[in-house]
Amino acid sequence: VRHTVLVLSGKGGVGKSTFSALLAHGLAADETKQVALLDIDICGPSIPKMMGLEGEQVHQSGSGWSPVYVEENLGVMSVGFLLHSPDDAVIWRGPKKNGLIKQFLRDVDWGEVDYLIVDTPPGTSDEHLSIVQYLSAAHIDGAVIVTTPQEVSLQDVRKEINFCHKVKLPIIGVVENMSGFVCPKCKNESQIFPPTTGGAEKMCQNLNVSLLGKVPLDPQIGKSCDRGQSFLAEAPESPATLSYRNIIQRIQEYCEQHHLEEEKIM
Amino acid sequence: AERASLAGVQHVVLVLSGKGGVGKSTLCSQLALALRGAGKRVGILDVDLCGPSIPRMLRAQDSAVHQCDSGWLPVLVGQDQPIALMSIGFLLERPDDAVVWRGPKKNALIKQFINDVAWGELDFLIVDTPPGTSDEHISTVEALRPFQLLGAVLVTTPQ
Repeated sequence: VRHTVLVLSGKGGVGKSTFSALLAHGLAADETKQVALLDIDICGPSIPKMMGLEGEQVHQSGSGWSPVYVEENLGVMSVGFLLHSPDDAVIWRGPKKNGLIKQFLRDVDWGEVDYLIVDTPPGTSDEHLSIVQYLSAAHIDGAVIVTTPQEVSLQDVRKEINFCHKVKLPIIGVVENMSGFVCPKCKNESQIFPPTTGGAEKMCQNLNVSLLGKVPLDPQIGKSCDRGQSFLAEAPESPATLSYRNIIQRIQEYCEQHHLEEEKIM
Repeated sequence: AERASLAGVQHVVLVLSGKGGVGKSTLCSQLALALRGAGKRVGILDVDLCGPSIPRMLRAQDSAVHQCDSGWLPVLVGQDQPIALMSIGFLLERPDDAVVWRGPKKNALIKQFINDVAWGELDFLIVDTPPGTSDEHISTVEALRPFQLLGAVLVTTPQ
């Protein structure tokens, strides 16, 4: 695996899985790149549905578990593929979750991968500690932290930023989702989640982390996710698509630059 | 024998969702305020240890927890018939400190929140939970079993 990006947030429901899925699609648009998307949200795995892979099963072979492929160059793994029924609750305590995450990393036959994207559940707990620990031997390029503009989200995201510092995980930057809504009819902009304390922009300034970009609300995003389609492909003209593409490019540039720096050192 | 600390609570209501960010904490705070407005004695127990939202939502983010003979005293919000709150948010040295705990440590604190807090006489104790179906949920339900668990309210959004 050449590059690993963790997608984190202290807060739930801010768009981590949405972003992970679109990052994967965006990177895989380059057919020369091999992309892997690993969903370690064991209680609420959203990636299978968002990638249009509900009902798919994981196959085992001599070389391990096979990821489920969306495209030839985009493979996905999630606990969602291991459930008998999509409504089955996975009611596991930490140790069992950690065990499965280890298996995902050790037993999945990813092959040669240019980008491994890891979607995480909200919080700073077993899953997060484990993924950082288990990947410590390999190299994590960094974390993308997702938030929405309101203080109730930011207060959890600041904790996540501190978690990254604590475990020495570099922060590629912060993405602010649901950042305003432009009415397609009258073009008026509304702040559905008002940034009462300055939003991600102020938080990033205060904590000296990069703001990768702000993505406006677009009802098509939720629809595409529900239908398992790539929003970038379904709504290429949306301002949200433009924002996402810019953010994805910045992440690519960060990864490539770090690779170059490492090669120089070596 | 010492009175168990939820023994004076008439009804315990759990607010759950598999999904994050759908409005569990928002509902808990508004439900508590509405019940108190209707003359009920209310408490909120926030067992979201990684992302505790309740203190800020009740404007109590700068409050601290004090001890008494029967254990921890909940933080009281409001003058008239105050709402009793307990959250890890009140125990952090700095509000931005990440609580990076594995399951067993989280479980121990939840048990303490239920058994070692002097909740007193309440009509309703509302329990706010984190998203998911994991350690916090298992431990909370187990620790609440001996008490008057009315049931769960599940919160979602349309998608």
